[in-house]
Amino acid sequence: MAIAFVLNGERIEVADAAPSMTVLDFLRTRRRLTGTKEGCAEGDCGACTIALGRQESGAARWQVANSCILLLSQIDGSEVKTVEGLAGPSGLHPVQTVLAESDGTQCGFCTPGIVMSLYALAQERAGETPVSDADIHEALAGNLCRCTGYRPIVDAARALCAAPPVAEPESVPPVAGTRIAGQGELHLVPQTLAELVALRSAYPDAVLIAGATDLGLIPAKKRQGFPLAISTRRVTELKRMGWEGDQLVLGAAVTYADGLETVEAAFPAFGALIRRIGSRQIRTMGTFGGNLGTASPVGDTLPVLLALDAEVELAGPAGVRRMKVAEFLTGYRQTALARDEVIAALRLPRLAEGEELFAWKLSRRFDQDISTLLGAFRVRVDGGRMAALAAAFGGMADRAKRAPALEALVIGAPWGDIPPGGIEAALDADFAPLSDHRASAAYRQAAAANLVRRLHLATTRPGVLLELEAL
Amino acid sequence: MTRAVHVPARHESANAHVSGRAVYLDDMPEPPGLLHAALVLSPHARARIVAIDLSAARALPGVVAVAAGDIPGVNDIAPIRTNEPLLAAGEADYVGHPVAAVAAPTLDAARAAAALVRVEYEVLPALLDLDAAYEAGARVAPDQQVGRGDVAAALAGAPLRLSGEVRCGGQDHFYLEGQIAIAIPGEDRDMLVHSSTQHPTEAQHGVARVLGLPFAAVTVEVRRMGGAFGGKESQATIVAAIAALLAHHARKPVKLRLPREVDMEATGKRHPFRVRWEAGFDGDGRIAGLDMEFAADCGNVADLSPAVVSRALCHADNCYFIPATRFRGVLVKTNTVSNTAFRGFGAPQGMLAIEVVMDEIARHLGQPIEVVRAANHYGAAPRNITPYGQEVEDSLIEEAMAHLDAKANLAAWRTEIDAFNAQSPVIRKGLATMPIKFGVSFNLTTLNQAGALVHVYTDGSVHLNHGGTEMGQGLFVKVAQVVADAFGIPLDHVRVSATSTAKVPNTSPTAASSGSDLNGMAALIAAKEIRGRMAGVAAAHFGAPVEEVVFAEGRVSVGNRSLSFGEAAHMAWQQRVPLSATGFYKTPKIHFDMAKSEGRPFYYYTYGAAAAEVAVDTLSGAVRVLRAEIVGDCGRSLNPAIDIGQIEGAFVQGMGWLTCEELKWDARGRLATRGPSTYKIPGSRDVPPVLNVHLLDKPNAEETVLRSKAVGEPPLMLAISVWLAIRDALAGLPGDGPVHLDAPATPERVLAAVAARREGQARA
Repeated sequence: MAIAFVLNGERIEVADAAPSMTVLDFLRTRRRLTGTKEGCAEGDCGACTIALGRQESGAARWQVANSCILLLSQIDGSEVKTVEGLAGPSGLHPVQTVLAESDGTQCGFCTPGIVMSLYALAQERAGETPVSDADIHEALAGNLCRCTGYRPIVDAARALCAAPPVAEPESVPPVAGTRIAGQGELHLVPQTLAELVALRSAYPDAVLIAGATDLGLIPAKKRQGFPLAISTRRVTELKRMGWEGDQLVLGAAVTYADGLETVEAAFPAFGALIRRIGSRQIRTMGTFGGNLGTASPVGDTLPVLLALDAEVELAGPAGVRRMKVAEFLTGYRQTALARDEVIAALRLPRLAEGEELFAWKLSRRFDQDISTLLGAFRVRVDGGRMAALAAAFGGMADRAKRAPALEALVIGAPWGDIPPGGIEAALDADFAPLSDHRASAAYRQAAAANLVRRLHLATTRPGVLLELEAL
Repeated sequence: MTRAVHVPARHESANAHVSGRAVYLDDMPEPPGLLHAALVLSPHARARIVAIDLSAARALPGVVAVAAGDIPGVNDIAPIRTNEPLLAAGEADYVGHPVAAVAAPTLDAARAAAALVRVEYEVLPALLDLDAAYEAGARVAPDQQVGRGDVAAALAGAPLRLSGEVRCGGQDHFYLEGQIAIAIPGEDRDMLVHSSTQHPTEAQHGVARVLGLPFAAVTVEVRRMGGAFGGKESQATIVAAIAALLAHHARKPVKLRLPREVDMEATGKRHPFRVRWEAGFDGDGRIAGLDMEFAADCGNVADLSPAVVSRALCHADNCYFIPATRFRGVLVKTNTVSNTAFRGFGAPQGMLAIEVVMDEIARHLGQPIEVVRAANHYGAAPRNITPYGQEVEDSLIEEAMAHLDAKANLAAWRTEIDAFNAQSPVIRKGLATMPIKFGVSFNLTTLNQAGALVHVYTDGSVHLNHGGTEMGQGLFVKVAQVVADAFGIPLDHVRVSATSTAKVPNTSPTAASSGSDLNGMAALIAAKEIRGRMAGVAAAHFGAPVEEVVFAEGRVSVGNRSLSFGEAAHMAWQQRVPLSATGFYKTPKIHFDMAKSEGRPFYYYTYGAAAAEVAVDTLSGAVRVLRAEIVGDCGRSLNPAIDIGQIEGAFVQGMGWLTCEELKWDARGRLATRGPSTYKIPGSRDVPPVLNVHLLDKPNAEETVLRSKAVGEPPLMLAISVWLAIRDALAGLPGDGPVHLDAPATPERVLAAVAARREGQARA
């Protein structure tokens, strides 16, 4: 089937393009829509930002995405708006006018992407209570500007959100296909878990696409396509989300954007962390299942899942099995997933009475940065003692891991003063981190020990300011 | 109608930017037959090239492949010295060194073809580290020295002495638009090159030399760049010349656009510096003698390094008169990509170093740094001569600091910081100020010239062209404002056009903050020439003396009689009076003996001051900048909106250099930070939530264009306040260890500095 979507209000079908062609390439080379730029081809700078309206997403009508790492097969059945689609016959869109009038452009190369991020923010938030600077920065976290210093762009964002929303016509996107073919590639888009499992069994070598915020770099940078791929994005069962008894179930295909509100309500610290995963552009596409399946050693959500002692549901021809996330992660980007299985869902246990969850991400930059180190702690302090602790770290080993020596050191011990030097020794027993371009092993060890000190202060001295962002 | 100058006016392409209609090189309609190019880069930091086999690549349909041997002219694109090959010949000198290039009908085909190029290397020992290369005596150019007096005697005679070492890292330009050129062969070996370049003339010369053509056969054009910051001065020539070489062999147009990863790996950056210093001073902090050695990591070839180091040495005095000085520059060669121009051009490293000296002296004496600085400020004769012999005639050092204090109330601010720190053991605040004195003009006197071309059409519309390039800094709108003001017409009657070597020849780079000073003046001279001719026509028409003709409000008037500007232009045409003129400007008063590092290299100085407040997380080393107050000196600003944009943008870029931006190489010398996922420039949240810019609004003491001052680079150095504020936060920690911090102040460096301060020795 051809790829069908609505582009700037016009319904189009594409029969002669590979499904793994990037949307950016398609826009620039096939449609000559050159307003959307390539700045990095790795989903980081945001010059390629477009707005995406998707049937499968429950969130706002328009979400932003990085077109440089977005595959054509991922937008089948969607609406796409580019910077060229904003201006009407009567002139510029208010977002464009306000940004220009704020002196928000210098070289202009990042501008179309910034326009699209501001457009999505303004459409979502206009008319609401005043939008905070934190919300504006969150909306701009995926857009780098090297010229302005951002101040005029932030001013423009404030002005836009204060104005009423701009009405726009509804459009009816085409029905999404289940088999997307072109240029010798085949991308399959099943709608039920049974179909997904059947396809997975039939094609164990197919690439499984669950957001492609990582995989998308292959077509974007290596310029290699995926001849055979299976997408999870429209599988109904994988989109489920909600409490089942004492477990919060997150379907594997739930995007960060769609799951944020639910997760944040249940686990505020996890929500705050999710807001720092990539950028809005990334969170539009990235999924909880994808993050787990990638099994990165840093794995933004993984230390939290470990600290919560979460389970993963794996679906295969023999049915569904459950496993602790800690057992699922077996090594450097290695998991216990069988070749004919898919990740169906995550199950996050409710915090017990008296338990608290803390998660701290350390990175070179607050926003849109891969963690140097990430620590997550589920704690219960009782009568001056650490009654329960589940501590997990990312960036400290070949995979995200619990810290058993640390837990053993602290659990049951008096928590009024932490033993000097004991934390370092325990972490030395738990981890032998590497030095890389993010940080040295020494920094990781020292900073990890300091996360435990931070935990101590957070749980024993509530008056002490610990967060730079609180200033 | 108000005047067109000294008022905020938007960037001339603002509407085109926001609508996506601004055309960058990669957006241009592709000429028929266009080939796309890709580079073959050396994977070794140093290796002898034993053989290059292009045959497999060439066997593909429509593929052209070239290596050094295919260069018909000279394989040398050195901007200052010689022997800097376009394509590695004999030896590859760094990981990422272009060894060969291919062009093919599609981008994917070009990358596939590049992968088929076989290069046989004999790997040689490489120098990857500044210290090791320094010790080994590896240099790209001779040492430099700026100084005067008997430094040894001054040090020996001083009551107090301190010495130290500080390092600052490099910086990738990270212009959002990567390097790109499109070369289009014309008839009779002519070559038209669209190049994203700050220096069209150098690109023209590079292409002509490589192809063995006269300069006149090569035209280089650029309408706009998606950012440059110095990175598209000499480096753009590499891309332009390779595209042209491929186009020459293919006889077809060729586009070479570097993917981000290749751009970061193969093109140069800001120079990392290691500075060793020794100062002799008295109990008031007044410096008698200062010996500083600046070891610059220049990378594999000289490129612009001699000029960068020269500017570093000429800014290591910053605002201070030091009787006996020896500033030595050592241009160290390493097997890394050649470092190049970057906004500030050595001055940031020079200023950072002397501010460390001030900071150390202040802490040693237990005085605020402002007191120590004030004891050393340039002042009345004889304390008004720089180490390179230029008299400081126009000092606004104290005025800028006073203005800053008036706006920011530094004493009250300091009280707030101290009160916060008294009750916050983990998050600690710091506050610091930073004054600057920045010399405006290219150190190389010859470059301080510019040309412009102005046409008035018979409807009164004006076409403006000059040698400056638009990279986002707002040069085009500023120069258009100057021309509109000269003619007394609205700004939108002036059309700016692409910079082209065919319109204005022999231009200087748009660099050294000089764009509007030079090109604005050249355009003003051209406009005045035409205006004088038109005034003659109008005077005759009105029967009035020419001195009484006024150009204002879009009209040419004598008393209450007037013509519209268009009518006056039409009348001039009817009377066969030429309505086109070239303008040429050369900066007066300047001279500099490069060999002795002596003279008056700068027409004037621009000043400024800033104060920054930071908060440091002493458990993670993370830093957040909370507030910055900036006093900028733009003379009589041509366009305050543009100038404030330059100040804010430069400040944030400087913050990036000093905090989050860190270049890392792996053990084999390959750049590990090759994209924004690993190389972190500031994002919107990193900008201080309180950021105020105050313009001094004092006319330039020299006769610059409408008494304005340059703005592009100086404010970048005001961001040193942020780095000093981090040092201040460290100094405020309980503990008696040293306050030692190199740049960039990444969380890792800050956490190590926290530990050192607290324990008296480095731990992390």
